[in-house]
Amino acid sequence: MSIRVIDDKCKGCTLCVKACPTMAVKMEGKLATIAVESCNFCGSCVSACKFKAIVIEIEKQAREDLDAYTGVWVFGEQHDGHLAGVVPELIGAGRKLADARGRELSVVVLGHELDALGEEVAKYPVDKVFLYDHPKLARYRPEPYSRVLASLCRRYKPEIVLAGATTIGRGFLSRVAVDLYTGLTADCTGLEVGEDGLLYQTRPAFGGNIMATILCPYTRPQMATVRHKVMPAALPGDVVRAEIIRETPTEQLLNSSVNILEFIPDFTQKVNLVDADVIVSGGRGMGKPENFALLQELADLLGGAVGSSRAAVDAGWMPYPHQVGQTGKTVCPKLYIACGISGAVQHLAGMSSADCIIAINKDKDAPIFQVADFGFVGDALEIVPELIKQIKAARTPVGV
Amino acid sequence: MKIIVCIKQVPQTTNVKIDPVTNTLVREGVESQINPFDLYALEEAVRVKERLAEQGVESTVTVISMGPPQVDAALREALTLGADEAVLLSDRAFAGADTWATSYALAAAVNALNADLVFCGMQAIDGDTAQTGPGITIHAEFSLATYVSKIDEITEKRATVHRLLEDGYEVCEVALPALFTVVKEINEPRTPSLRGKMRAKSARIPVWTAADLHLDPERCGLKGSPTQVVKVFSPEHRAGGERWEGDAPELAAKLLEIVRERVTI
Ligand SMILES: Cc1cc2nc3c(=O)[nH]c(=O)nc-3n(C[C@H](O)[C@H](O)[C@H](O)COP(=O)(O)OP(=O)(O)OC[C@H]3O[C@@H](n4cnc5c(N)ncnc54)[C@H](O)[C@@H]3O)c2cc1C
Ligand SMILES: Nc1ncnc2c1ncn2[C@@H]1O[C@H](COP(=O)(O)O)[C@@H](O)[C@H]1O
Repeated sequence: MSIRVIDDKCKGCTLCVKACPTMAVKMEGKLATIAVESCNFCGSCVSACKFKAIVIEIEKQAREDLDAYTGVWVFGEQHDGHLAGVVPELIGAGRKLADARGRELSVVVLGHELDALGEEVAKYPVDKVFLYDHPKLARYRPEPYSRVLASLCRRYKPEIVLAGATTIGRGFLSRVAVDLYTGLTADCTGLEVGEDGLLYQTRPAFGGNIMATILCPYTRPQMATVRHKVMPAALPGDVVRAEIIRETPTEQLLNSSVNILEFIPDFTQKVNLVDADVIVSGGRGMGKPENFALLQELADLLGGAVGSSRAAVDAGWMPYPHQVGQTGKTVCPKLYIACGISGAVQHLAGMSSADCIIAINKDKDAPIFQVADFGFVGDALEIVPELIKQIKAARTPVGV
Repeated sequence: MKIIVCIKQVPQTTNVKIDPVTNTLVREGVESQINPFDLYALEEAVRVKERLAEQGVESTVTVISMGPPQVDAALREALTLGADEAVLLSDRAFAGADTWATSYALAAAVNALNADLVFCGMQAIDGDTAQTGPGITIHAEFSLATYVSKIDEITEKRATVHRLLEDGYEVCEVALPALFTVVKEINEPRTPSLRGKMRAKSARIPVWTAADLHLDPERCGLKGSPTQVVKVFSPEHRAGGERWEGDAPELAAKLLEIVRERVTI
């Protein structure tokens, strides 16, 4: 690989210097020069240059016949026989990609006692459902899951493999991709087949401040984890349409150095934060922990979950699983109601891709108003109880 | 026991934007810091060392990082926070590595150091992938537990840990050698010690190259990376919308109207 400046095309405009995130580009007189040891070949300077004076050359080629790989696979993540919320979205995205490539869409489900789930999946617009049913696959464990999926990929050679960017998906697919020596793009929010037939994978980085489009040109499968609640979900039909294929994995794939002892449900999350369509979130402006009960009440009325800023978690007002932001969770609800949250960049990193943001804050200059679709300048401790009252009143039938 | 912490140097702020006119990155400050999650990883490694010492097991905590020479500063900071030693993996051949090539190099160092236990952060705040730690476990053949929020028990042979999932905690027993990625809930990092600061100043931090680790140059850096970034751009700008002021009942009524358009009440 190499990066170089074409001397007679460089006009000395310094756009590349400003573009470089690693400060690898400097001006020597009127000419840009690139310090290769600091460069991470991100291509920012190449896109910034108006004179096409910077080129990155990659001497790479495929190690095998890429055309041997066909079809799109979706990992059908399940928990105790229930399909993870992201899977219908993956099927929706996968269907489009499979159609664009003129290929089949398959869902691969690993678990135990999967008959009912297999039929449920087969009602979606997919061509094949692979069921890998074994007691040792009942719950996700890194080794058996990644060995089974990697061995399947070696056997059936899918062109594209998608999974949810969940706690399971991220670690699991990384192991599979490393094992297969192929690329994996994390937490994608956009997937498209280009004219060249490649999968253009677009994802936020730097806490959502930058978008990057990533390709996996020389190896297969092209693998991606996909952010929940971004892609439109496919809908199931009434009848089974896909072919269901049951296979038994061989024992040697199933050994594990991890032994699951217990699962402790988080009862503080009545509705799971990442699955919620509505999130009512509170920050330091809620004043004291007791006031989060108001937010819970509002969330219950709206069928949503309660989120929190880091400040409220660090103060011990809310448990960490509720924290939204750079060091907490990334959420993508239809509606995010921020109450008493200033809108620090670290918090925005976790919620600014919500469809609609409503902010309630006393301070009319709070940064949260710069991202909120609807801003309410006022006291959350007055507005939220009033809102609860009005919702309840609206629900009570007249005359009762 | 040999405990390793993988740390990454990241920009101080992720608030980088692309100027819509010039299409260049606008950076407010270019200071760097240790990836926040890696501070929890480091703290937990030091705590495990202390716990093992109570069982009469001696151990060392080594921080490693792959990156350009200036990462030396991050490693020295880690020494002030309780790490015993540090190693920098730095080589022009490492430049442009994606998570495949990064985990390849880090795994080689993990094996060269004869590690029993490796800690990583849950994810890095610049790349946000959460892939490097799990990737290392394939290259180095380690057990894996991601999103670890608590270590209940640990011996030289195995550990019992809590993992934070979307809907609760999973308790599992993991055989060593193992790699854990940690979440913020796991601990509260200590502040730098004076002794640590002194040691950090004078410490010699070896620099290992691809050749030192007997790595295949074809698998390092950009050359060894299956993924390729082809475009970076600004997300659609989110502009603040309407703003209302007034008394609470009025504001609540307006808010309810907006909520009703989106949620059935
Ligand atoms: C490495 C790092 C990682 C971080 N990660 C995260 C993260 O993941 N998530 C996160 O949230 N933060 C994170 N932070 C912290 C972040 O920078 C902010 O400190 C935090 O988000 C502030 O929380 P807040 O808005 O609740 O509190 P404040 O900033 O104190 O804001 C409180 C707001 O409430 C308003 N207010 C006060 N009283 C009322 C009232 N009665 N009615 C209405 N409004 C009222 C005030 O005007 C103010 O705007 C991180 C920071 C660092 C350094
Ligand atoms: N270049 C690197 N050097 C050392 N550790 C790293 C590096 N990149 C990533 N890591 C580790 O892997 C974790 C996850 O990073 P990422 O996969 O980039 O989100 C980080 O928290 C670090 O512990």
